[in-house]
Amino acid sequence: MYARWLITALLIWPLIAGAVVLLVPGRLAKYVALAASLVEFAISVPLWWTFVPDGGMQFVVDRPWVAAWGIHYTVGVDGISLFLVLLTTFLMPLSILGSWSYITRRDGGFYALLLVLTTGMIGVFVSLDLFLFYVMWEVMLIPMYFIIGVWGGDNRLYAAIKFFIYTFVGSLLMLVAILVLYLHAARATGAYSFGYAHLLSNAKDLGPVAWWLFGAFFLAFAIKVPLFPLHTWLPDAHVEAPTAGSVILAGILLKMGTYGFLRFALPFFPSVALSRTVQLVIVILSLIGIIYGGLVALVQPDFKKLIAYSSVAHLGFVMLGIWALTLQSVQGALLIMINHGISTGALFFLVGMIYERRHSRLIEAYGGIARVVPLFAGILTIVSLSSIALPGTNGFVGEFLVLLGSFRTYPIATVLATTGVIVAAAYLLTALQRVIYNPLTNAENEKLSDLTLRELLVLAPLLAGILWIGIYPKPFLQRMEPSAKALIEQLRPPSSVAGQP
Amino acid sequence: MRLDPAVSHDLLLTLLPELVLTGWSLVLLLFVAWRHQTTRDLRLTGWLTFVALVSTAIATWWLWWNRASVQGTVSMVAADDFRWVADWIFLGAGALTVLVSFGYLERERLLAPEYYVLLVFGVLGMMVMAAGADLMVIFLGLELMSVAVYVLTGFDRRRARSAEAALKYFLLGAFASGFLLYGIALVYGATGTTNLGLIGTQVGALEASRSSVMLLAGLALLIVGFGFKIAAVPFHMWAPDVYDGAPTPVTGFMATGVKAAAFAALFRVLNQAFGTLTTWHDIVWWLAVVTMIGGNVFALSQRSVKRMLAYSSVAHAGYLLVAVSAGGSSGTSAFLVYAIAYTLMTVGAFAILQAKGRAGESEVTIDDLSGLATRHPWLSFGLAVCMLSLLGFPGTAGFIGKWYILIAALSAGQNVLAAILVLTSVVSAGYYLPVIMAMYMKPEPDETAHLDVRLDRWGRTAVAAVVLGLLLFGVWPNRLFDLARSAGGSVQPSSTSTAVSPP
Repeated sequence: MYARWLITALLIWPLIAGAVVLLVPGRLAKYVALAASLVEFAISVPLWWTFVPDGGMQFVVDRPWVAAWGIHYTVGVDGISLFLVLLTTFLMPLSILGSWSYITRRDGGFYALLLVLTTGMIGVFVSLDLFLFYVMWEVMLIPMYFIIGVWGGDNRLYAAIKFFIYTFVGSLLMLVAILVLYLHAARATGAYSFGYAHLLSNAKDLGPVAWWLFGAFFLAFAIKVPLFPLHTWLPDAHVEAPTAGSVILAGILLKMGTYGFLRFALPFFPSVALSRTVQLVIVILSLIGIIYGGLVALVQPDFKKLIAYSSVAHLGFVMLGIWALTLQSVQGALLIMINHGISTGALFFLVGMIYERRHSRLIEAYGGIARVVPLFAGILTIVSLSSIALPGTNGFVGEFLVLLGSFRTYPIATVLATTGVIVAAAYLLTALQRVIYNPLTNAENEKLSDLTLRELLVLAPLLAGILWIGIYPKPFLQRMEPSAKALIEQLRPPSSVAGQP
Repeated sequence: MRLDPAVSHDLLLTLLPELVLTGWSLVLLLFVAWRHQTTRDLRLTGWLTFVALVSTAIATWWLWWNRASVQGTVSMVAADDFRWVADWIFLGAGALTVLVSFGYLERERLLAPEYYVLLVFGVLGMMVMAAGADLMVIFLGLELMSVAVYVLTGFDRRRARSAEAALKYFLLGAFASGFLLYGIALVYGATGTTNLGLIGTQVGALEASRSSVMLLAGLALLIVGFGFKIAAVPFHMWAPDVYDGAPTPVTGFMATGVKAAAFAALFRVLNQAFGTLTTWHDIVWWLAVVTMIGGNVFALSQRSVKRMLAYSSVAHAGYLLVAVSAGGSSGTSAFLVYAIAYTLMTVGAFAILQAKGRAGESEVTIDDLSGLATRHPWLSFGLAVCMLSLLGFPGTAGFIGKWYILIAALSAGQNVLAAILVLTSVVSAGYYLPVIMAMYMKPEPDETAHLDVRLDRWGRTAVAAVVLGLLLFGVWPNRLFDLARSAGGSVQPSSTSTAVSPP
């Protein structure tokens, strides 16, 4: 009973709650939304315990939708999507709580869109039918477009349409690729179905078409990740979005790209994805992302933009880990996906909080505020250190695993990627120093008030996550392992994986 | 129900929907001659028209329900599912236009109930076109429809732009008819018949022996003639001016009904008469590519919403041409699904646009819609759904239509065409999204900016029906697919007609 309804409940509840939020009076909207997102989190929490790490799909529900065309409502989770779903439900209440004082007009619409967005994001992670996946992939675009466009900064219209069109180009070509796969499988078997397993088992012998199809999937996911040189929408969208928008963009939306590679692009077209050319291209692009993202972050005067570029670098590590295809590197990549959601989410929250007080995101506007707002300074330090991947924080575990695992496959690239860690220390520590430690020169900063109880409530769970994964990541790794292993065995002949710890 | 066109009783039954509507049009003419003074007369005529359209739809439904079909192949009219579904599209477009017109005609002081009579004649012409299994019948329907729509375009005779649009439309339309007629003549010269089934047989025989220049020239002229009517690039020149100048409800009617009718006839001609010929696939392929690129790129630079929608309807003709190029039963089904979705979203968009226009109908630019969402949340929501549907966004009927066309194109092996379709769709985001952005993301210029926005009760009903339909078909398209699939199968190259020996 529980297993059958769990995911469907996760998808439907936010929609119902979103409608309710629109109906209640504006000043109540945030309370209702917070309660709804907490309920959503409560529904999802039992996944953590009831999930059995066996490498297969669980909580699967399969219902016909447009039966004549083989379109089904098929959902399920495995060790890869489980954490992304949990990350989504975990970040949503925090995003809502974090927006309480930031969003001052049209509250109802904002919170309703956040809830609809939740459905879209979870839908992307749990869909096991490619039609459903595509619909969810596009559906989450609209709420984000509105969140940036209506509640964003001064340049919001430009950022919103850029975000929309970038994503739309990739996803429409992906739609064509999905349809080609669908028709190919139908010709081979006579059965029309968009089911993941059906398409997966019939994705062989595509011949040269596979290159084009992989290209279409690659474009859709690479834009989302974002992989250099397709990343240019990201700084604009992150900077212009309201705090909650940035948190969700960085925390969850970017993971859809890497998730797409893991779930679709790699398993469907292993011969193309693991050909020398594609490997070379992806590794080089990831490296450029890591180093270039870090260097650009180094010179940003705007704190929010700095974090945006640091995302490009972090996601470069994820891509490297995925393509290295060893157990450690894939697990590390999955862990960085979660860590990045927590740490970067926390950073965006912190920048948003200080912005609400001073209405400036420029690093040079601050300096020496540790004396004035000690709590803020302390938390910012911890979160920054976790983003730099200091041992004892979550960031270290993920990046260490990726570097360790990738070294076997791409030794030179891994050595180069390690410099990215150093660059990360350079830009974040410099920024940290300029914001909270240097002498306090600006008189305006003397009146800053420290974090309120509500803001502490937003940050506390994130801090707990940082330390938990940093100190005891085993429960996470344990649940990921069978699925990661299954993926690797599916892609590489078992002999090459054997002998690894 | 098998109907034998040689028996007059059966022939009348085959033409039942057309006869019902003709009867109603006579009633309406008499009624209008008797009462054409007040607003109340106008309203009464409108409601009578509505009833006429609905009762015709019921007659069509009755024939569909009884699976009416024509015995033998040498018939002037076809009776198949394709015709019934196409009829419903025209009748639906007409009925929605009636609902939208009530408020518009009164606001613009166009107190002439003849408007509705012309509308009925237009719909009748469209139905004849979709029914025609003979080039002469198709031509008759086309002329009946065109003449009615020429007059409707210039209906606001006090406004120079309306008159200009009507003249332009008439001149270019007459040209197009000339091309069409000449094409028919050449085809007749090559095959000795105007019946689609018989032409099909002849073309099959000719293909085996030698390709006839006369036949190909006739085919090319036919495509040019239809190209004008569907506003395919490079025959689209008239469309922006005419759509812009015509009264807004008429524009909605033209963009949907006229286009769908021309496409329906084109499908029949190409598939039934020239199904065995491969030449036209290349021509239509290029026409589709040029139309999609042209329509979308031209639409990008428009500031006026009405002109933007005019160019966007050119772009949509391009998408429909992809379905034509895909051909076969899946292409035909795709056309029907897309035409239904397109009719809903386009009528809806023009209906809401008309609410923004003031008396005398000044131009509405995209920026004029700034901040509409704060004043009129429901209207803005409706327009946003129409825009997203036109864009082909999942969750709306527009996506379902585009999806079907993509499937048809890909299963016909037209991968490049499918890729061009989606890439040009991305371009279309560049002009549909600004409308949404203006309504939701830009501030109101001043508090009085949207005081004049008004849509009467029936206009609102039409918009609500359209939006509900778009969302319903977007999420639950099962029935629509079933209908389209059975209808698409009925327009096929007439391989069975080989039994009939050519004269």
